[in-house]
Amino acid sequence: MSMTDEPLYPIAVLIDELKNDDIQLRLNSIRRLSTIARALGEERTRKELIPFLSENNDDDDEVLLAMAEELGVFIPYVGGVEHAHVLLPPLETLSTVEETCVREKAVESLCRVGSQMKESDLVEHFIPLVKRLAAGEWFTARVSACGVFHIAYPSAPDTVKTELRSIYSQLCQDDMPMVRRAAATNLGKFAATIESAHLKTDVMSMFDDLTQDDQDSVRLLAVEGCAALGKLLEPQDCVAHILPVIVNFSQDKSWRVRYMVANQLYELCEAVGPEPTRTELVPAYVRLLRDNEAEVRIAAAGKVTKFCRILNPELAIQHILPCVKELSTDSSQHVRSALASVIMGMAPVLGKDATIEHLLPIFLSLLKDEFPDVRLNIISKLDQVNQVIGIDLLSQSLLPAIVELAEDRHWRVRLAIIEYIPLLASQLGVGFFDDKLGALCMQWLQDKVQSIREAAANNVKRLAEEFGPEWAMQHIVPQVLEMINNPHYLYRMTILRAVSLLAPVMGSEITCSKLLPVVMTAAKDRVPNIKFNVAKVLQSLIPIVDQSVVEKTIRPGLVELSEDPDVDVRFFANQALQSIDNVMMSS
Amino acid sequence: MNGGDDAAPPPSLEWRFSQVFGERTAGEEVHEVDIISAIEFDKSGDHLATGDRGGRVVLFERTDTKDHGGSRRDAEEMDYAVRHPEFRYKTEFQSHEPEFDYLKSLEIEEKINKIRWCQPANGALFLLSTNDKTIKYWKVQEKKIKKISEMNIDPSNDPGSSSPLPIVANGVHADKPQDYLSKDFPFPPGGIPSLRLPVVTSQETSLVARCRRVYAHAHDYHINSISNSRDGETFISADDLRVNLWNLEVSNQSFNIVDVKPTNMEDLTEVITSAEFHPIHCNMLAYSSSKGSIRLIDMRQSALCDSHTKLFEEPEAPGSRSFFTEIIASISDIKFSKNGRYILSRDYMTLKLWDINMDSGPVASYQVHEHLRPRLCDLYENDSIFDKFECCLSGDGSRLATGSYSNLFRVFGASQGSTEAATLEASKNPMRRQIQTPARSSRSMTSVARRGSESPGSDANGNAHDFTTKLLHMAWHPTENSIACAAANSLYMYYA
Repeated sequence: MSMTDEPLYPIAVLIDELKNDDIQLRLNSIRRLSTIARALGEERTRKELIPFLSENNDDDDEVLLAMAEELGVFIPYVGGVEHAHVLLPPLETLSTVEETCVREKAVESLCRVGSQMKESDLVEHFIPLVKRLAAGEWFTARVSACGVFHIAYPSAPDTVKTELRSIYSQLCQDDMPMVRRAAATNLGKFAATIESAHLKTDVMSMFDDLTQDDQDSVRLLAVEGCAALGKLLEPQDCVAHILPVIVNFSQDKSWRVRYMVANQLYELCEAVGPEPTRTELVPAYVRLLRDNEAEVRIAAAGKVTKFCRILNPELAIQHILPCVKELSTDSSQHVRSALASVIMGMAPVLGKDATIEHLLPIFLSLLKDEFPDVRLNIISKLDQVNQVIGIDLLSQSLLPAIVELAEDRHWRVRLAIIEYIPLLASQLGVGFFDDKLGALCMQWLQDKVQSIREAAANNVKRLAEEFGPEWAMQHIVPQVLEMINNPHYLYRMTILRAVSLLAPVMGSEITCSKLLPVVMTAAKDRVPNIKFNVAKVLQSLIPIVDQSVVEKTIRPGLVELSEDPDVDVRFFANQALQSIDNVMMSS
Repeated sequence: MNGGDDAAPPPSLEWRFSQVFGERTAGEEVHEVDIISAIEFDKSGDHLATGDRGGRVVLFERTDTKDHGGSRRDAEEMDYAVRHPEFRYKTEFQSHEPEFDYLKSLEIEEKINKIRWCQPANGALFLLSTNDKTIKYWKVQEKKIKKISEMNIDPSNDPGSSSPLPIVANGVHADKPQDYLSKDFPFPPGGIPSLRLPVVTSQETSLVARCRRVYAHAHDYHINSISNSRDGETFISADDLRVNLWNLEVSNQSFNIVDVKPTNMEDLTEVITSAEFHPIHCNMLAYSSSKGSIRLIDMRQSALCDSHTKLFEEPEAPGSRSFFTEIIASISDIKFSKNGRYILSRDYMTLKLWDINMDSGPVASYQVHEHLRPRLCDLYENDSIFDKFECCLSGDGSRLATGSYSNLFRVFGASQGSTEAATLEASKNPMRRQIQTPARSSRSMTSVARRGSESPGSDANGNAHDFTTKLLHMAWHPTENSIACAAANSLYMYYA
């Protein structure tokens, strides 16, 4: 085209770059497909752009993925819902490619387009597409087919519905495990659209096929479907059909299947109702809590609170608690760690008395666990227990645990406990904190590891927020400021950092009287790194303190620093001076 | 092999030369990088892949199963000709490059240790290749070569230079913020008729190999095997001390399922030499060790499979112990039979066939290197004793093959009562070396077959064994009697 029409040029380039050699440019063009479509108009989009995209299917996966995504929201650009079916051919091709993420995105878009299409169009265009995919030569098409049945099925005439059900049942027995896995994954979605009369017959037979598959990977996914399917069925049908399967699975030879059951079991309790839960599922769950394989126990232990929430407290105390006690001394630290991360949540379920009687000893033993992760997990959920029994009963054991973690030789452990200090402080109260933990917080400011010092400075700020400036004035500020005399400049830097964090919390007055003088002294430090950090801190103090203080103290200090022999010091000092000027100009 | 079957063993095969790729002319020097280090047929037998020390993977495709244009005469000729697999060069690509591990100050060779084919899809081929440290997942596909005509902007008349306005790629107009590209610009309802879509003209295709995933940093020691699971989504990789389980789709994590590393490395007495998934049961896999044992593990039992389900070991014959006993007991390769019932193992001296239902001893052993026993000392001196020979089974499990020195390989019948034991040379005349007829095999007293103990001629004739020419890598076609084997840089194919 002649480029006389200058403003059209950008869009022309965009179109040309659909076929550029550079993948980034193609990708960019595809991402702006809607712009191209609007420039071409609806009719030409339907007649030219969409067929063009359908042919353009051996591109790089990144481009195909972007295309699959764009086409999902393309209905407005092809002329609305009555033309939506033109989007199906390119999406159909995309749903057969080898790359899983492209296929999944194409299926998602197919569903999105299909769910907006008129019923007659679905019958005419979408259902044939589903059948084509399901009969595809390569497994990729058949995998994608499994994901679109639930869109096609509701609009299909009765005869076609029967056919669709039988096609899906064939997919459940496909030669390729990949297809059977996809069928298992999507069975719940598909089943939700099927009339209840067929649920018990057709769907249950598909489900049976999948649960008896010789591939563990298929059975695993069938387990996942149990809960979804169970919710669709009437409770008595669920008890008759799903329950035996799940009980069987909970004793499967493969630990991976049992692992899935352990993860899913609590969801099924609601579907089957209280009585079968008591007689069947609780024993199954207890077995899983005592499984031989640590991975299964980890999964089961991680769900112990969720499971107990569904049960009544007596059942939980009678059946689950004994297992929890065993797990708290499990040989695998990961099991204990999983238990520790959820066990505090059991306190509200069991109530005060049972918690004190049964759970407290477990908490205490976990707090003394040899692995820091276990202890940390208990501490992180302390608030949940505090609401039920108060913290006093725990505080005796808590302190040694905290102190030990605070001095752990792995800095990541120390870091983790610092993160919880404000939580602990709020739960334990000022008194306890002053006595026991204050010293620790100061000690961390002088840790050997920079990340710890950084976290410690932040911790000091959060404590000041928690307990208020007055308390901080007494218990934090003097101790922190004292450390500015540390002979090592890295530690002095930490203090500067703490000062800059504390200043906004402490307010103008304390900042001027206590913090600022210390910073000004530090401006005379012999180490340039300290000096330019002083410049940065001063800059951060400008909005906090009074205008007069800025002019009287901060500006002269900065001017002096701006004549420092060190280039970095001069740079940051000038930057700070500039921001003083900016503040003045704006006010 | 089908125990209890009284049918007569199938007749011995007459091996014929089929093809050679990369044949050496007399006196031609072999470049180190060209030496083949891995051979693998795909499941259908329509493709063959080789890897070499230079990190390249070469693909061959079968030509004789393709449609032959339907001409009647062709069809008639086809009827007469003895059909045997024929392959042609398909494509090749550089799979691995030499690398340097800066943390350990170690060079990582580009040599391909193993190739495994994965499930094909949409006409594209997929395979895994590995060197000592890194596994890569490749997709080989025909791609259209694009030739674009009809652009909106004539590329020969670059508007960037002719137009006064500087143009940046992708329509970003440097001067003016473009109205046309903004989301709410109102285009005329019929669109802009002067805009055209690019037209792709050429439909020529070329084969392109693209690396889809790289599975790295999971092995402290050298990877000796990779093997796909039947489930189509996972595979294992094994090094000297560990076996890891991967999902094909996930390259950033793997699960350690076997770890034989002792807490103190000084206690190390045994390493993993090879590992393979069961061909049918996705939960079973076998690995072999340097002590001559094969362990079958069941991944259903436990997440960490350090304890084996079954152990296959042959008790050492009393009194025969020598300095070399342990070295020659080391298993260099194991292969499952296609039906998953048997495991074939190769150690330095023998080939052994194990029934996975019988862990008291092999169902049969075949002597491959018995004639070298007096020379073990020399072989130790020149390190040949550590050569890792591979083994393979025919698709129906009725025959076995493995390599030897002087570019020889041996084929044995595995069926009950079979006496087949052929020695062939990887050359255009494979039967050249087979001077004497195979000795009648004597079923030994111990009820296990010991066959092929006849020395393959050369020693008796005074020919020195050539320990530098060794046939380490070979593969049996999955459905036909066809063998591919590597002699240095040449790939020889035989059929029967």
